[in-house]
Amino acid sequence: MSFFIETLVGGLLAGVMYSLVAIGFVLVFKASGVFNFAQGSMVLCAALTFVSLRDKGIDFWLAALITLAVMVLIAIAVERVVLRPLVNRPQITLFMATLGVSFVIEGLAQIVMGASVHELDLGIVDTPIEIGGVQVSQFDLVAAGTAGILVVALSIFFNKTRVGIALRAIADDPQAALSIGIRLQTLWQIVWGVAGFVSLVAGLLWGARQGVQFALTLVVLKALPVLIIGGFTSITGAIVGGLIVGAGDSLAEIYLGSLLGGSVSTWFSYVLAVASSWSGRPVCSAKRRSKGFDACRRSAQKPSKGSTRRTRPRRACATGCAQARLWCCSPHSRAFRL
Amino acid sequence: MVLLAALAGIPLVANDYWLNAVLIPFLIMSLTALGLNLLMGYAGQASLGSGGFMSVGAYATYNLLLRLPELPLPVSLLLGGIISGLVGVVAGLPSLRIKGFYLVASTLATQFLLEWLFNQYGWFSNYSTSSSISAPRLAFLGHDLSSPAGRYLLTLATVVVVTAVAARLVRSQTGRTWMAIRDMDTAASVIGIPVSAGKLKAFFVSSLVIGIAGALWAFAYLGTVDARSFNLDRSFQVMFAIIIGGMGSVRGNFLGAAFMIFVPILLDHLGGGVFGGAVDPGQLENFQKALFGALIVWFLIKEPRGLAALLSRAWTRLASRINR
Repeated sequence: MSFFIETLVGGLLAGVMYSLVAIGFVLVFKASGVFNFAQGSMVLCAALTFVSLRDKGIDFWLAALITLAVMVLIAIAVERVVLRPLVNRPQITLFMATLGVSFVIEGLAQIVMGASVHELDLGIVDTPIEIGGVQVSQFDLVAAGTAGILVVALSIFFNKTRVGIALRAIADDPQAALSIGIRLQTLWQIVWGVAGFVSLVAGLLWGARQGVQFALTLVVLKALPVLIIGGFTSITGAIVGGLIVGAGDSLAEIYLGSLLGGSVSTWFSYVLAVASSWSGRPVCSAKRRSKGFDACRRSAQKPSKGSTRRTRPRRACATGCAQARLWCCSPHSRAFRL
Repeated sequence: MVLLAALAGIPLVANDYWLNAVLIPFLIMSLTALGLNLLMGYAGQASLGSGGFMSVGAYATYNLLLRLPELPLPVSLLLGGIISGLVGVVAGLPSLRIKGFYLVASTLATQFLLEWLFNQYGWFSNYSTSSSISAPRLAFLGHDLSSPAGRYLLTLATVVVVTAVAARLVRSQTGRTWMAIRDMDTAASVIGIPVSAGKLKAFFVSSLVIGIAGALWAFAYLGTVDARSFNLDRSFQVMFAIIIGGMGSVRGNFLGAAFMIFVPILLDHLGGGVFGGAVDPGQLENFQKALFGALIVWFLIKEPRGLAALLSRAWTRLASRINR
């Protein structure tokens, strides 16, 4: 039993690492509707830049700052050169374009900084510690803690700052956001920059774990099922999906792998993702929609003070609720959202 | 017809390098792109499982040739394709309920599952000790097709036949059903088009074509059957080929495949010519990768409907100038 719990905990903590990458996807997808395959190469690029700077003997925080600057520059360049000319194209074209971008980033990063495997030492001791009879990797705990801090910081950023609120407006309705004077292009740059920051964090943690090398880009392929399970537009979903994928993977590797002969984890998470999208909607967007629906109904029932105000929100909410109901009932509800 | 005659006459003039390294992969890539284009460009179901279906076709044909040697080569190829098509139908089942990127992810599941399957179980590769296995001898009606020219002609004949059938198919009832599903499946189902059957049929035909292409890739091009040559990169390559060539166009497949095969070779030669070994080959490879990525992005920006649209536009412009 304790072996089961140990596997589970290890998997959950590894899942947090997947979530870290998935969060970068979610940010970009929410703001610009682009499924950014270049996220993996951004992780690699950030880690490579950081390691090269550290090798030159530059202070930790200064190196992190310079890397962040590089990532922001990449973000601005991608927005200028790639996204702006491709506005209103089919999503699959944008997806392929980000694939092209990932080739460019990978190629250039390895030209400038070399393709050999670098060691990255963050100064975290990776000795397992025992909590309640279960061995837990200290490094994984630190990674999970970092992910937690990152999520809190991002949610503060999105809920409290002006930029964050504008970003949510764009995610809700780009047309309306544009019409009230929100600068779409600037915000895209910002959000790609934030995604660059997230990939810096992910790159540091992943790089410290398995060395800074080309294989880091493959992290993307693990993040994809995380997104399918958690939904493309929810940060909470990315975390939950990561936990599910991480736990599922490590449990499957132990218990299913012995039956089928190993390396089950290359495909298990995908099968999990297909099963989840076959059986219902992604974990968190469903929750969000129903919450919106409930909140809508609650505010419609709540008596409001001013007489003029009473009718308008009620009517708006009625249509909102109808829409929500329609969405939930439609057999292709997911297609409409995509 | 002239073009066909020219293509058939190429072995007389071209040397082995051209046949082996350029023309054979180009033709097979065109065939694969055709298969994916039927699914993605005509029926509107995006898929990243092409590499997986190629490997099914290759392994199925290999086992047929190995275990039923009395079957003639074309029959084995076709049967291998049909097996791949059936796998495609199973892989296409999620498309009945999910769409868009969710469907892409489910085809990715197919890709990884198949790759794992062929690596994991020895039966498929006849318990060969190395993970790659050499292909059996290719022969048809007593003619040995193992020479570069023979393999080229085999590939060419297959590509011509399949392309002719596919070009007829997309103009038939089936093709129109697919396009209706692509353009709006809700509307299609409202006016009585069998959407589910149409989608599954698209998956079947597409995987069949891709499976045949995979068998050719293994036997006529590489000479070995190796699951690693049908990995995710291959799927991406095929998808690039149809997006650059033009979705929903038979001609586009050839243009896109030409781009995907010729440009890297060209970059290779240019790189070798310009730097002449002065630069580390690894660096050169990275540089090519970056340049290739940039070219892809540039094409996507400049020509949204692909090279096929570019060509037909140039053609009308030329025609109107001549008529005037």
